[in-house]
Amino acid sequence: MTAPLDREQVTPPLKHIRKPLPHDSAIKHVSGTATYIDDIVEPVGTLHVVPGWARHAVRGRLLSVELNEVRATPGVVAVLTSGDVPGTNDCSSAFGDDPVLAEEEILFFGQVVFAVVAETREIARKAALKAKIEVAPITPILTPEDADHADTTVLPDYQFRRGSPETGLQASENVLSGSMFIGGQEHFYLEGQVAMAIPQEDGGMFVHSSTQHPTEIQHTVAKVLGVPDAAITAEIRRMGGGFGGKESQANQWAALAALAARKTGRTCKMRLDRDDDMIMTGKRHDFKVNWQVGHDASGRIRATDLEFLARCGYSADLSLGVNDRTMFHADSSYFYPDTLIRSRRLRTDTCSNTAFRGFGGPQGMLAAERMIDAIAIHLGKDPLEIRKLNFYDGDRNVTPYGMPVEEYEVMHDLMSGLEVGSDYWVRREEVTAFNAASAVLKKGIALTPVKFGISFTLKHLNQAGALVHLYTDGSIHLNHGGTEMGQGLYQKVAQVVAEEFGVTMDKVIITATNTSKVPNTGPTAASSGTDLNAMAAKIAAQEIKTRLVTFLCEQHQCGEEAIHFGDNKVLIGDKSFSLSEIAKQAHVGRIQMSHAGFYATPGITWDRDSVSGRPFYYFAFGGACAEVTIDTMTGEMTVDRIDILHDVGHSLNPAIDIGQIEGGFVQGMGWLTTEELVWDEEGRLRTHAPSTYKIPTASDLPADFNVQLYESAGNPEDTVYRSKAVGEPPVMLANSVFCAITDAVASLIPGEVPNLNAPATPEAIMKAVQDMRRRKVPS
Amino acid sequence: MRDTIRFLKAGEIIELQNVGPTETLLDYLRLTRRETGTKEGCGEGDCGACTVAIGRMINGKLVYQPVNSCILLLGMIDGAELVTVEDLAQDDRLHPVQTAMVELHGSQCGFCTPGFIMTLFTLYHATDVEKSRKTVTEWLAGNLCRCTGYRPIVDAALEACFRATDDAFSWRANETKERLQFLADSRDIFIGDDTGFFSAPSTLDGLAALYGQHQDATLIAGGTDVGLWITKHLRELPKMIWLGRIEGLDRVEESASGVLIGATATYAATENAVTQISPDLGELWKRIGSKQVRASGTVGGNIANGSPIGDTPPALIALGATLELQSSEGSRALPLEEFYLEYGRQDRKPGEFVTGLFVPRLSSNQAFRCYKISKRFDQDISSVMGAFRFTIEDGVIVASRIAYGGMAGTPMRAAGAEKSLAGATLDNPSSWGAAMQALLSDFDPLTDMRASSDYRMETARALLAKSLMEISGTAPEDIRVLARREADNDRAA
Repeated sequence: MTAPLDREQVTPPLKHIRKPLPHDSAIKHVSGTATYIDDIVEPVGTLHVVPGWARHAVRGRLLSVELNEVRATPGVVAVLTSGDVPGTNDCSSAFGDDPVLAEEEILFFGQVVFAVVAETREIARKAALKAKIEVAPITPILTPEDADHADTTVLPDYQFRRGSPETGLQASENVLSGSMFIGGQEHFYLEGQVAMAIPQEDGGMFVHSSTQHPTEIQHTVAKVLGVPDAAITAEIRRMGGGFGGKESQANQWAALAALAARKTGRTCKMRLDRDDDMIMTGKRHDFKVNWQVGHDASGRIRATDLEFLARCGYSADLSLGVNDRTMFHADSSYFYPDTLIRSRRLRTDTCSNTAFRGFGGPQGMLAAERMIDAIAIHLGKDPLEIRKLNFYDGDRNVTPYGMPVEEYEVMHDLMSGLEVGSDYWVRREEVTAFNAASAVLKKGIALTPVKFGISFTLKHLNQAGALVHLYTDGSIHLNHGGTEMGQGLYQKVAQVVAEEFGVTMDKVIITATNTSKVPNTGPTAASSGTDLNAMAAKIAAQEIKTRLVTFLCEQHQCGEEAIHFGDNKVLIGDKSFSLSEIAKQAHVGRIQMSHAGFYATPGITWDRDSVSGRPFYYFAFGGACAEVTIDTMTGEMTVDRIDILHDVGHSLNPAIDIGQIEGGFVQGMGWLTTEELVWDEEGRLRTHAPSTYKIPTASDLPADFNVQLYESAGNPEDTVYRSKAVGEPPVMLANSVFCAITDAVASLIPGEVPNLNAPATPEAIMKAVQDMRRRKVPS
Repeated sequence: MRDTIRFLKAGEIIELQNVGPTETLLDYLRLTRRETGTKEGCGEGDCGACTVAIGRMINGKLVYQPVNSCILLLGMIDGAELVTVEDLAQDDRLHPVQTAMVELHGSQCGFCTPGFIMTLFTLYHATDVEKSRKTVTEWLAGNLCRCTGYRPIVDAALEACFRATDDAFSWRANETKERLQFLADSRDIFIGDDTGFFSAPSTLDGLAALYGQHQDATLIAGGTDVGLWITKHLRELPKMIWLGRIEGLDRVEESASGVLIGATATYAATENAVTQISPDLGELWKRIGSKQVRASGTVGGNIANGSPIGDTPPALIALGATLELQSSEGSRALPLEEFYLEYGRQDRKPGEFVTGLFVPRLSSNQAFRCYKISKRFDQDISSVMGAFRFTIEDGVIVASRIAYGGMAGTPMRAAGAEKSLAGATLDNPSSWGAAMQALLSDFDPLTDMRASSDYRMETARALLAKSLMEISGTAPEDIRVLARREADNDRAA
């Protein structure tokens, strides 16, 4: 598997790679000139589309949909219902179970029943309120437990089994068990869902969509309109945040905009109101996890049995991959000799849960950390000791799904680096001393690992294309299938292309992702954007360069070794030409200066049906140490200090990578602390705006926030310049915060494992505290 | 009478004749001017993506404040300088806050960035601010970023915002002041007709007359509540009366006996005065909304609308504040707690409006504490808000005013607990027990998205205990997590 390190790739002279260059759009961001879809100058006559829905219904049969008053509103041009769909009324990624417009049934609170098309957005929004929708309600199934009892699923159960967990548990010196609830998470991309469809000749459609997956937008619009894929073009220059929430969830709005454009023959734009967005679109899956762990007297795990009950919502969406990834990460970084990891993909009458940075991994890992904490608390040992004892190592390095953890030494080195760098043991003593002296406030500390598998577990998605043109003035047009959502992908790929051609960054012109330039792409997801697209772009640039070199060798009667690209020039022996001169000569020489590069990740052999093979190209590692203080009277909590060490291989751009690490961590911290999704008893989401759903603010970040890149010897796999993916792994660094809170609560009664659920809101912390106090029975 | 609004932008005076009663500043910028740098993130003043700066003369000084343009009415910028992200760079040279944000990698997706830039711009121009993390995070509480985790933005603020001002706005400050003074006339504004209008009377008498004539009109002060009626509830509000031009209605008068807060005085304008009453009150003020919300939102408006999201009323009730109301029939005053009749209903008669609020100071034998409990510290709404004023003689509690928010449909006093506490002694915690017990029958709180009934009750009791522990000194250590956080911030700064 492991390719030898190429010194050329990891050491200077590199002009652009490894430089902390700003985001390609940074100046436009701060100037307000970066164009998002709602900022695009609208064609004359653009109409606005607003979704209409049954505002009280959760689940039930549609009895009547009365839209006359909506239609009669001045300024309303059209009202769309499922009958207006010329093609297939479905916007799902794969399973055919996501109606664009409801047909006979309301499946969840917020399902779109109709769409209003009007001259202004305000007219459309107000008109949409005039609909009268009658629904014969049926009692909805809302929680994973209810769905489990009712045995309703969106997809079949799936499991990993190794050895005999039953025997293993029996043979263990001690067995611990428990359950925990892990909440979901709203993406809260700052730019909400938006699409604009512009009708083209012959029934075609040009669709601007804020999407992580333009190809799926293209396919969905074609399917809904009943036209060939080739008649549809989808384009996205940048999103105002995605985080997984625009991987499949952008489809419906693009489809509705296109449907409206088809119906009216005019450009139609659909931008969701924030509340509608939060109500209608899917979120991170919430789980109930039942766990059992058998261990020996030292705390070493002998066997585990984990059951993950996921709330998937009303349809399958991406729940297959998400829940598989939960299972792939249910080991965190620990070796389970005998294990059973079971997953139920439960169908509930709620919005359809979807991709969210980490894609199920964070929930799997959090359950593993809970087991470790339980063992440590039970044995009266420090959780870090138990973590280290159970880390994968040279002898015990095969995951429950059969893939070896080849880089276990990196993991050990990183974790001990963090243990020293964070001064863990000294601070553990300080925390203990603080707690001894403080009755109301209690501190906790935790140091937790991250090991995240890199690759789509759906094998065919691990491919990418790029389109590179060299023009005769020496400027380079760069296009690829990856999308920019803030993660700096465009900049990283541009750095790779500039490096390849030996040009300054300004010569590489970044262009919007467009399905007519690079077709059949996968989503920008699974942290794979750079691994895939930078590689494809590199291949495209190399091919053009190779053609130029061949041409120049002929022209100048020299060998390849005499030709060098650099500083916007081409050196041929002792002669120097500008790249534009060479490009002009090549053009005159009838050399093709455009190439579509293609890359497919090697070595992935996962076969889901037989539960065998290798799902991941490699693992990315990280670790975080968190210290918190809780108030045992109110449940309030502050994060006091964070230390992070994270492995990005050889960084392509350390500034961008650190941005991903910090941002991912804080997003994960929000998921586990302040961000609580609340449905009422009827199944209506009550937290559908930032007034009620609280993502972290600047002050939630501790002043003492130390983030460092691990000094890596480079990715052992042959990735682009030996870098590692960084998009998702940092989210799970925040598990340290949750474990630190657990540690603080655990300080109340030695030996008792707190029943802390996520998110650890003040109320959840108080519940755990009170539960501990109740256990303090007189002896 | 004027039938236009006038404001300054990019050095030019702009006069608009067609201003709808519910037209927001954000829609004006994006749809009419096609200046799309300012973004809509949430449409309810909670995310800050739509932040713009408003420059006004305050006490003779030109002050820039950040505001959420999504819930600010266009008419409400009359007489001000409007600064948007498009106005900062000069001849393609970035503003210092923009440069710092680029150099320190403060943007990722970039959608929230213009809002951050504008808040940082106002911090850059702020005077009397201490260079610290706390200042920065307080300033940034109303700007949400989902990508960066804030660290680089805080660094950019520390880098750029605490230097001597040197930008186009400081260079032309004198000219700006002159123009703002020119715009500051005392005419009533009325745009529209009797069936629909945006109006802004300049005197109380003018207001009384207009409101008497149009009792169905909507009164708007800061708009942080009414704005949502427009953007979220999609209500038709054809008649809008903005109170922001009424001479003297925004007064903040400090006297030996207390502070008189005029109905249109903003949270920002009253922060210093209330902090003088109690540091806890000052801390609470800083956790009301965000800089943007406090720059627009008024104490009087929050009370007058009976907004269920009022975190200040419990504290003001515990302090014994009285409310003053006026109509064309005359004026009256009543204890603040009596104004709240039930959820969503206040003791405000047709044509009557709030003119002010009087908050008495503590006497030397009184102690006051208040605590806001919410899921997030900054810019959140309390699940439980507890406020306590004890009158103590020789270690004995002789009287108490205990008020809670989040425990009933309105802010409410804990009558039973107040009574039970009479005669309790500070040095004997067991004498507090009856009051703790009484709280159980004082309230029957609801379960909603902010907290469960059980948690609210437990926390209400915990806060009473906490206030007594603090005041009596029976807690040997610091018992607030926030105080610890501030200390950490100070150390790191």
